[in-house]
Amino acid sequence: MGTMTRADLAEAVYEEVGLSRNESAELVESVFQEIGEGLVRGEQVKISSFGSFYVRDKSQRMGRNPKTGVEVPILPRRVLVFRPSHVLKDRINRSLSAKPSA
Amino acid sequence: MVKSELIARLAERNPHLYQRDIERIVTTVFEQISGALARGDRVELRGFGAYSVKRRASRQARNPRTGEAVHVSEKHVPFFKTGKELRQRLNGGTDVGDSED
Repeated sequence: MGTMTRADLAEAVYEEVGLSRNESAELVESVFQEIGEGLVRGEQVKISSFGSFYVRDKSQRMGRNPKTGVEVPILPRRVLVFRPSHVLKDRINRSLSAKPSA
Repeated sequence: MVKSELIARLAERNPHLYQRDIERIVTTVFEQISGALARGDRVELRGFGAYSVKRRASRQARNPRTGEAVHVSEKHVPFFKTGKELRQRLNGGTDVGDSED
């Protein structure tokens, strides 16, 4: 099982679009930069047939240090949620769960 | 922001490129990520986040309306874990720690 990184995405863009390797890498970076900035501003980001990202506000709650058992407050925070689209979910399931389960 | 708006913003920042090329860049990026996940690979984008596929074992479940037992077969679901840097930026630059639940 492999791991894809920015470098692989840049290489794919390089092959697909025909910009220089440097510029391909920069553009890949700016795609995630732009999405990140939108999310930080509180926007929802929706990429059709891939999924959507949105930010959720979580209020403070009590947690526990699992090692010591000491109760500590988990501060209010904003968390990022990714909801995969049905297209993506179906594609993954078709290719990975294809074998009929007994 | 939807995909077309993302493309428009990138086009604005890169006036020397054709909009058509920006479209292909954005499409390629998400197509590559989807393809990797469909192969069962991970996608690691440091600072932004990491995609992986989690396996959900087959199980017996119940139709909550009829109470009837149903078999749910094994499935694979995409999972995204927010990167440290983005998590901090979402919280005004403070490290609120990792508490994915």
